[in-house]
Order: sequence, then structure tokens, then C-alpha cells
Amino acid sequence: MGITADDVARLGALARIRLTEQECHDLAPELNVILDSVRSVSEVAGPDVPMATHAIPLTNVFRDDVVTPSLTQDQALSGAPDQEDGRFRVPQILGEE
Amino acid sequence: MTETIPYDDLLTRYEPVLGLEVHVELNTNSKMFCGCPTTFGGDPNTQVCPVCLGLPGSLPVINGKAVESAIRIGLALNCRIAQWCRMARKNYFYPDMTKNFQTSQYDEPIAFDGWVDVEVDGETYRVEIERAHMEEDAGKALHMGGATGRIHGADYSLIDYNRAGVPLIEIVTRPVRGAGAKAPEVARAYVAHLRDLLRALGVSDVRMEQGSLRCDANVSLMPIGSDVLGTRTETKNVNSLRSVERAIRYEMTRQAAILDGGARVKQETRHFHESDGTTSPGRSKEEAEDYRYFAEPDLMPIAPSREWVEELRATLPEPPAEHRRRLQTDWGFSDIDFGSIVSSGALGLVEATVAAGATPAAARKWWVTELARRANEAGVELDELPITPAQVAAVQGLVDAGKVNDKLARQVIEGVLAGEGEPAAVVAARGLAVVSDEGALTVAVDEVIAANPDVAAKIRDGKVAAAGALIGQVMKAMKGQADAGKVREMILAKLT
Ligand SMILES: [Zn+2]
Repeated sequence: MGITADDVARLGALARIRLTEQECHDLAPELNVILDSVRSVSEVAGPDVPMATHAIPLTNVFRDDVVTPSLTQDQALSGAPDQEDGRFRVPQILGEE
Repeated sequence: MTETIPYDDLLTRYEPVLGLEVHVELNTNSKMFCGCPTTFGGDPNTQVCPVCLGLPGSLPVINGKAVESAIRIGLALNCRIAQWCRMARKNYFYPDMTKNFQTSQYDEPIAFDGWVDVEVDGETYRVEIERAHMEEDAGKALHMGGATGRIHGADYSLIDYNRAGVPLIEIVTRPVRGAGAKAPEVARAYVAHLRDLLRALGVSDVRMEQGSLRCDANVSLMPIGSDVLGTRTETKNVNSLRSVERAIRYEMTRQAAILDGGARVKQETRHFHESDGTTSPGRSKEEAEDYRYFAEPDLMPIAPSREWVEELRATLPEPPAEHRRRLQTDWGFSDIDFGSIVSSGALGLVEATVAAGATPAAARKWWVTELARRANEAGVELDELPITPAQVAAVQGLVDAGKVNDKLARQVIEGVLAGEGEPAAVVAARGLAVVSDEGALTVAVDEVIAANPDVAAKIRDGKVAAAGALIGQVMKAMKGQADAGKVREMILAKLT
């Protein structure tokens, strides 16, 4: 059971990537190759191999609960495509409600 | 018009099943993954930095204090604490987060498998906790141009990211069954219990009206005799204890009408409307897989040592039930008097008022009678009234010092609630102090005695009870600003 063109279309929609029908058909087998490779690796990694999330096995990397200076409002909004009243202005949120 | 079924009627055919998700904003100084302050009410986008704005190249680091609070909350909820867990990305496209994901936890919550016992009408209900996990809050969106200020019909939205990245703990229950007609009250009692617990832990401001404690209520109905869970709806952001109860009750009556009509309940998110107590549909609920969770690669796993967990366990406050028993003994209240404090949600407030110097009896009197009445009139919870336990203790202090009587004290409270300042300032500004000037009182007493020779004669004959009529007239002449006990003393001194 691999990934179908329909699965690709659905993932594309979730990720807000517009895909043509042709692209969905082309991408499905490519993604299956990747999944197969992951499956091969999983077979090698038995229960005796601990799960790793990072190249360096660090845990509990915490900061102290100390306030540091924030940006100014102007700085914060300087990269905003649009703004109003000190806030980021974004297009109407579609497809909900 | 949405159809509903009378509440008592539906209970003959359906059993409610609840699931409660409570979000708690922690009161850390700084955000979950950056040093921005978490204070409420700042100018928009003044408490943001590259990390919480999700700017490229920025790297988050976990706030250790937030982890500590999460573990303490988990322990207080009788949870097991994960020996190793990770943060995860919950991917979604919504502008309340700049990153297109929320940093949360998925299948490895920091705390899991707990329980709390809540009491309703003297009966104990056990609410099982599935998990308590760490995540970050989102920004706040204002929807502009629409008629209702909601998303529907809005032309565009304005976003303030000050709240984005504030540490949150989400506490999720297992399905709560078997409460029957009491289900809405059990839910309310559970949220109230959490609020008290979190306050005692000192980990959150737990102000529902400011959103530092928020509840989403999952409700479904199961035909009695069946064992198959019904389709649930999730009512979002129910922002007061009263609303928790109302929203669940309404959803039960709405879903019963759908099921009675042979239709199916749609699985969806719904919004609660404070104004008329109804709910309306929001977006259709995403499935967990739609969020494409994966372990957060920018953060290291969290592995609390047993020593650390035990150290934190030692900092837990007394469990609520034991705490209540101890207070009742310390304060010397009967079950009825103590029960009235608990049921009016005043326990923490009375406790703080006593700590501020009032006697338990006085603290109870003010919160359970005068202030409960005013909260009820204003349609708010007791702890939402703009008066602090210290101010209530100060009002009682004025009474004890003979500066005001009970009647004037009520006006002082009214002044404090109206934002006129501290009790002493209200007394001064409103001129409420009782007249301790013996001269003015003596004149008033003499006048009243002279005007009522027959009553005075009765008192001279030993009918002391008749003094009440004269006291009333003196108080009236003094516009209530006299100490009734003192007036009585003076009248009796003159006539007996
Ligand atoms: Zn920040």
C-alpha cells in the first residue's frame, strides 16, 4: 500500500501547494521510493537502537525564565506585507466558519 | 431556529459523555521559547522578537520554569511524569501563528494518566486525566469589516503576536461518563477545581475573563443502554464557569433533537454565545493526521530526572480535599456554613481575606452574602468582582475600629466596586465615617427623647426593648452615620 495520486493531492492541499493532476501522478511514485527507503532503515533499527532526534544526544536544554528586550513595534512590523493600528494586516481567512 | 429537546426529557433516553480540554497560560515572566515578556494588555506587537515571530534563522530554547510548572501541574493531577518526551510541530495554516505551526506535544506528553475528584451536591465524581502537555499560545486576531467581528464576512484580519509563544499547558480528560443530569455541573465543578488547584500551585493567574484559563467542551450523547460513543462536538473557548455549564447543557438539548429526528450529529467545532446561551457551528474539525505532527527538530528532548520530579513533588500544596478539611477545623465553621463558602466559589477568597487580617466569620459574611449577591446581579463570578481580599479585610477593619457600621460598610464596598479606590479613600470621599462626635450625637438623642415622651416613659419604667424605636430615629437623624450600639448606650444612660 503506497501513496496514491489522491493522497498527494490531499497532502498538497494541506500544505497549500497547488498541484496539477499530472504532478500528483508523477509525485506519488517518487514519494513511495522515499517511504520504501525509510522502511528499509526501520528494519535495520531494532528495539536495541535508541530513538534519536538529533545528532548530539542532548536533553534538558533550558533557558532561565528571564525577560530579554523585545523588538519595537516598528521593528516587529518592518517585514509585514501590510499593517494597520500596530498590527499585522492579513487577508480574509478563507474556507472557515 | 435550532431545535432543542427539554433537558429532563432527553435524560430519559440519552447519557451525556463529556471531554474537557482546559488551556492554562502559565505565569512565567518570559515566553515558552524566547525572552519576551508575557504581561497581559501591552500595546500590540511590542512583546515580540525574531523567535516568536518565527523569523528565519531564529532558534527557540525551552523555558525551564515552564517545564517545572508543567511537571508540578502533572503531579497535582496525580499524573505520571514522562521520563523522556519531545516537543512536536502541529502544522496548520492560520495567521495566529507566524510559523505555520504551533510548537506543542503530540504522542509524548510530559504528564499522563491522572485523575481528580470533584464534588457536586455532596457527591464525588472522579474525572480521569488523559494527559497534560506543554505548548505555546497563539496570537490574537481581530476580524475587520464583517458585521459581527467574527471571521464570517470579515474583509481582513489584524494580528497582534504579543500572546504568541506564551507557555500553555493543555489538560485533557478521558471521556467523563455516568454523571447523567449532573454532567454540566460536574464539568463546571471540574473547571473550578482546576482553577483552585492551579491557583494554589501558583503557576497561573487563572483569570478566565482574561483568557489565562480557557475551556473547550466536547459533548456527545449515547443512547441509554448502548455502549457506542456518539459523535461529539467541540465547543470552543467557553470563558466562564457559568458558561461551561450552560454550553454543555445547550449542546445536550441540541444534539438530542437531532438524534430524535433520526439524523446524525455532525462532528464539528462550535462557538458558544454568552448572550443567549446557544452554540453555532465553526469549522469542521480537522483530524489529527491533518496536522502532520512531527518531532520538533530545533528543540532537545526533555528528560526530567527522578530526583527533580521528587523535588518538585515536595513543593506541592496540600491536596484540595485535605486543605478544605483543615480550613473548616481552623475556622470552626459548621458543615452548612463552610459548605456555603465552597458552593459560592469563595473558598480561596475567604482564605485570602483571613490571611489579610479579617476573622473567618467576617470574611465569610462579606463574600457569601453581600459580594455573592453583587456578583450575581452583575452576572460575573465572585473572583471577577473588582475588589480584592485585602480590600474586604480593610473594610472589616474599619467596622472593627468603629469608623463605619455595617450599613456604611456596604456603601464602602459599593465604592470600591465602582472603582473609587481603597476603602479608606471611599470613606473620605463619600463622607461615610460614623459620627463619633459625642456633641452631635447627644443633641440628636436629646431631641428624639424630647419628641417621644411616651416612649421615654416606657423605658424609664424598665421596658428597655422600647429603646429600639428611639435608636431608629436617632440613626435616621444622623443619616445612618452613627454607631447603633453607641446610640443605644446613650439613650439607656439618659433614661435608666
Ligand atoms: Zn519573543
